[in-house]
Amino acid sequence: MIMNRKKSVLLILVPFALLMTFFFLVPLIYMLISSFSNSDGFTLEHYQEALSSSYILQGFKNSLALSVVSAFVALVVSLLGVYAMTHFSEPVRERLLILSNLTSNFSGVPLAFAFIVLLGNSGLFTLALDSFGWDLSFSLYSWSGLLLIYIYFQLPLTIMLLYPIYSGIQQQWKDAAALLGASTFAFWKKIGLPILFPGIAGTFTILFANAMGAYASAYALTGSNYNLAAIRIGSLISGDIFAQPELASAIAVLLGVIMIIGMLLSEGLIKKTRKDLSKR
Amino acid sequence: MKKFTIVMLILIGVYLALPIFATALYAFSTEWNKTILPEGLTFEWIRTLFQDTRFVEAFGRSVLLSGGAVLLSILFIVPAIFVIVLYFPSFEKWFQASVVMVYAFPGIILSVGLIRFYSGTSLPMILAVLGVYVISVLPYIYQGTRNSLRNVQGRQLMDAAELLGASKIEAFRKVLLPAVYPGLFVAALLSFSVLFGEFVLINLVVGSRFETVQIYLMSKLSTSGHIASAIVFVYIVLMGILTLVMAIVTKKAKGMTRA
Repeated sequence: MIMNRKKSVLLILVPFALLMTFFFLVPLIYMLISSFSNSDGFTLEHYQEALSSSYILQGFKNSLALSVVSAFVALVVSLLGVYAMTHFSEPVRERLLILSNLTSNFSGVPLAFAFIVLLGNSGLFTLALDSFGWDLSFSLYSWSGLLLIYIYFQLPLTIMLLYPIYSGIQQQWKDAAALLGASTFAFWKKIGLPILFPGIAGTFTILFANAMGAYASAYALTGSNYNLAAIRIGSLISGDIFAQPELASAIAVLLGVIMIIGMLLSEGLIKKTRKDLSKR
Repeated sequence: MKKFTIVMLILIGVYLALPIFATALYAFSTEWNKTILPEGLTFEWIRTLFQDTRFVEAFGRSVLLSGGAVLLSILFIVPAIFVIVLYFPSFEKWFQASVVMVYAFPGIILSVGLIRFYSGTSLPMILAVLGVYVISVLPYIYQGTRNSLRNVQGRQLMDAAELLGASKIEAFRKVLLPAVYPGLFVAALLSFSVLFGEFVLINLVVGSRFETVQIYLMSKLSTSGHIASAIVFVYIVLMGILTLVMAIVTKKAKGMTRA
């Protein structure tokens, strides 16, 4: 009787398991297999092609640089901004968080368009600067233009992730450190930041992955012209004339591997800091 | 130091607000090609947009697709989360592993897998996208459901109700579900807003055969700036409303557990 009930409860898991299998695991495994195969069977040629093409490697380089820089800038700026938030009362902080959340869904195609309105060829700022006679020789449709957009969609996510980490720092610790003669700077250097570090490292990884996988903004802005790993995948899988789905699969696998390595690195770093902290 | 960080916070606010205000202004301006500020204000673009059946249909498709996916994941995934959190906690680490995987793999990678696998089958591609949507909101649904189950101490609540003579299904429907409802509602709204903005999968896997708001916006991007800004304005307003509703429900739910 009890066994039967347990079984009937387990039945509830079946639809979930099926969905997960057919709409997540199987497509990914199939992609992995297809990246290693051609009409004759097993092959490494797609990886050879991807890794020996300077064009594809350049795409990876651009993606990596864009992801690391945008994650770093968003992290540093948000660390300061969220620190400033701690000076306000809780209702004010909550309101600020809601405002930040309002922009968290503002990404992809709509965001790219908003930046075109601001900084595009006949954008608000572009025209304003022109009328002052300034020429910044800045192009939205370039690496630095994309960086501005990437920083934009990283910011609300960073704030959302850092806010709870900060609230882990308790006022008593600051008071205790101050009583023992530590300056505010010394407190943050010796106590605050080491405690925050695992959270910061984890946040950085999420931001890095978030930018590495981003596709829509760059696509909306430059079509398939700007060379990013995600854009290469998109144009190789959807190209009507030159679709090379096996090559796209290989690049997608490489992108996935980079993201997994990033996650493992940060995991290792977090474990190491925890160990170092407990040794002190 | 304090002043410097507050200036930084204000700068963040300005940076986040500027593109929104510029787009909104553009959506209501008559001519804006040579001057710094628009020459006049008008409702023409918004009106044109809502008279365009193509937009209205695209909006309907977006709501149908995102709403349908959220509904399916509430029907099929939420019960699974309930069962695992309440009765099989030893499975939970496997479940969490799938949540992390789903969160980590971006749409661009998944779309390759989908196209490779399903283009050879007879399943319509739009259903493949729907299936991935149902799975891709797993992180939000899981987080919301699990947190509210923990907050109300779901297992004890179920046991108490059963001890008082309720059947498992009754206890679930009349005691547990109302208690976790606010958290679930917020998770559903969050999932909906994430899916409503999804572009990569729907564009690469299905394309213009199923025109959603995002795909419609993409097609207007190069042809009409004013219409595009009207679309983005409507999108921002909708997301704003959803965020506010989520904030209000979360606050109310917090007040309930405190009382």
